[in-house]
Amino acid sequence: MADKKRIDEATGTSTVGHEWDGIEELDTPMPRWWLWTFYASIVWAAGYVVLYPAWPMLNSATQGVLGWTSRGALDREMEAQAARRAPINSAIAATALTDLPAKPELMQAAVQGGAAAFRVHCVQCHGAGGAGVKKLYPSLTDDDWLWGGDLASIEYTIAHGIRNPDHKATRTSQMPAFGRDGILDAAQIADVVSHVRVISGQEKPGAAAARGNTLFQANCAVCHGATGAGDRTVGAPKLTDAVWLYGGDRDSLTATIVQPRNGVMPRWAHRIDPVTVKMLATYVYSLGGGEKAAPQVATDEGQGADGQP
Amino acid sequence: MDGLVIKAGGWLALALLALVMAALAVDAPFAVHMGIVAVAALAVLWATVSQADYGAMARGLLKMPASESVYDDDPVRWGVIATLFWGIAGMGAGLFIALQLAFPALNFNLEYTTFGRLRPLHTSAVIFAFGGNALIATSFYVVQRTCRARLAFPKLARFVFWGYQLFIVLAATGYLMGVTAAKEYAEPEWYVDLWLTIVWVAYLAVFVGTIVKRREPHIYVANWFYLSFIITIAMLHIVNNLSMPASILGSKSYAAFAGVQDALTQWWYGHNAVGFFLTAGFLAMMYYFVPKQAERPVYSYRLSIIHFWSLIFLYIWAGPHHLHYTALPDWAQTLGMVFSIMLWMPSWGGMINGLMTLNGAWDKIRTDPIIRMMVMALAFYGMSTFEGPMMSIKWVNSMSHYTDWTIGHVHSGALGWNGMITFACVYYLVPRLWGRERLYSLRMVNWHFWLATVGIVFYAASMWVAGIMQGLMWREYGADGYLVYSFAESVAAMHPMYLIRAAGGAMYLAGFLIMIVNVWATLAGRVRAEKPMTETPYNAAADRPLVAVPAE
Repeated sequence: MADKKRIDEATGTSTVGHEWDGIEELDTPMPRWWLWTFYASIVWAAGYVVLYPAWPMLNSATQGVLGWTSRGALDREMEAQAARRAPINSAIAATALTDLPAKPELMQAAVQGGAAAFRVHCVQCHGAGGAGVKKLYPSLTDDDWLWGGDLASIEYTIAHGIRNPDHKATRTSQMPAFGRDGILDAAQIADVVSHVRVISGQEKPGAAAARGNTLFQANCAVCHGATGAGDRTVGAPKLTDAVWLYGGDRDSLTATIVQPRNGVMPRWAHRIDPVTVKMLATYVYSLGGGEKAAPQVATDEGQGADGQP
Repeated sequence: MDGLVIKAGGWLALALLALVMAALAVDAPFAVHMGIVAVAALAVLWATVSQADYGAMARGLLKMPASESVYDDDPVRWGVIATLFWGIAGMGAGLFIALQLAFPALNFNLEYTTFGRLRPLHTSAVIFAFGGNALIATSFYVVQRTCRARLAFPKLARFVFWGYQLFIVLAATGYLMGVTAAKEYAEPEWYVDLWLTIVWVAYLAVFVGTIVKRREPHIYVANWFYLSFIITIAMLHIVNNLSMPASILGSKSYAAFAGVQDALTQWWYGHNAVGFFLTAGFLAMMYYFVPKQAERPVYSYRLSIIHFWSLIFLYIWAGPHHLHYTALPDWAQTLGMVFSIMLWMPSWGGMINGLMTLNGAWDKIRTDPIIRMMVMALAFYGMSTFEGPMMSIKWVNSMSHYTDWTIGHVHSGALGWNGMITFACVYYLVPRLWGRERLYSLRMVNWHFWLATVGIVFYAASMWVAGIMQGLMWREYGADGYLVYSFAESVAAMHPMYLIRAAGGAMYLAGFLIMIVNVWATLAGRVRAEKPMTETPYNAAADRPLVAVPAE
């Protein structure tokens, strides 16, 4: 309202003289600390925009007198880390993978580096500790290997992956879909299941298992071996132990024979550098199931690492 | 009568048009939405034909006093009810998705109940439905009283209210059906955006029209803030939602911007939605209701001028701080950061003006739980407007970005500032709007205050710990120069913090439910027989100096 200035009793301050629906305003000066902090933040901002890239111009922006860029800062940090790791990395690069275990300090460094890379690239499927996921992804902590557990085999698997259709050197094999494609009927599959459960020590032998044995020798032994011991050159798992990737109970085995999973793992050689692949191999090797170099590992070029001629 | 026929015919035509569009729709959600529009048009048609007076209807439903005040308060009453209704939906959804983060099984393996769809439902419901209705309702209340004038364009004001509710329904059902423009806080698709634009322009017309016909020589500070909120939100909404529909009969559209330009536009919008919706708009509420409830003059007129203009000038440039260390050019990141730092004191100007208005009435914090809520709201406002500039510093942001610290920051602002000030204003309004002697229970307000306060403390503290833990785990390098933790390990480490957060949210929601009961009982005209909040014990016999009694 029109000028109705008055002194407010409680604070001793004058009002401005306006009033709206009973609300008046005091004519208190702005708090000094507030004003000076506001000025200080403006001064700070003025200084900062001189030091750092700030003002857009026609084609680019002011660079700032410090010459700082976020890409430059990142490059420097990455270079510093790379320089820090360079001695170890070049030593690992210069050492043959199979010679690493003989050099405990280098091996230790490689395992540490592999563990870090594993956390970034591998834990999504194999789990933080490499224990895998039941019925989905294999555990890397035991000594039951599909494609071999010595350093060279592990490195090959990491580098080339498993069943990558767009990559010739990938590890590959295919278990037929015996049920889906009608190779065996339901009764026959049940017999084979009985046989597999007998050789893995889960059931007592019987007539069904005996019939299953005949079918097994005709259909399965070519990959899994006559005794069911498996064949690492084709990634055929051992069927006589208690380790089951996709389950060893009757239902799971039946499902596998009807329509196998033929699991896939990506290849990494084109995504991460060779030293890191090497370090990953040593880490997986160190998880508990690493094996001494097998005599006939996939070094024979004529044979092909996937066991295919 | 002719006018009625034309009006009714128009609504019928609109309903039929919506039905035709529903029938021709190229995707199911669009058909559902056109169906909702048709139902809304038919509802208006029914209301028109039966010549139902909205005021009388609402009075019957909500038991409003028979004698209307001179001010046009019906839309305000509906707005208060809508605020509370959407508050339950928004906060309930928030608690539910907080539990989903702790227990992913609660996604139910059903597309409609996944976190990805319920999260925008939560944010939009609390910001735009709960907060938006509170802003519209209080702005209509405040602008009339501080202008000493009835609302301009009363029919348009009613259209604003109902149109805004239709916007909320279309947005919320769209999220559940998977319709999204994929822009945070701007998820509604093109046709819902167009509708909101119409509603918002009507809102601006009502508000400005009321200011123009005011009977006061000056415009009160609350109205500056309301006006800046309405105008800026219109600008932000239109620019950020510029897009091209894939089909005029479908829900999908493509944004006008691409890549980093799109990101910058989005966060220019997103940050100023915080700045002008959740800050300027709610400061407007504060500038009216705090002096009214405290019955004290506003602390400093000069401060209110300087902090208003500096706030609205600086806020609009601060958006790029959401895009630190991204593809956004360095110069834009720098400007976003320095404008955020300069914003600190202008933000605090509002807190100072609010808190210091209690000069001469500080005792009310002890005796009046509504004042207590207002003070707590201003305290959280001050805290989160300090935290914000701090988090915009690139050095801090390099650790806090993408972590739950951001979530904690947002919620100390949203629960502490926006929630608390809204509760206080609703508690102020309800007895006055419905002509009650007082609220049903002041003690229940006190319970609400403490549940909400403790809930926020649980929420903010757990998210600070969670965010800083995440930030440190992600960047932890071992002595050998390699990352120490996998991402999944940081997720597992969050679990206890997520439980504490959900507990805090549950407390906040419990306090809100007490409020619902309290308001409900107040509307029903009941007054709870309870001990007053304070007493002044006085023992006259003890209140005297000891005087040695002379021996006889």
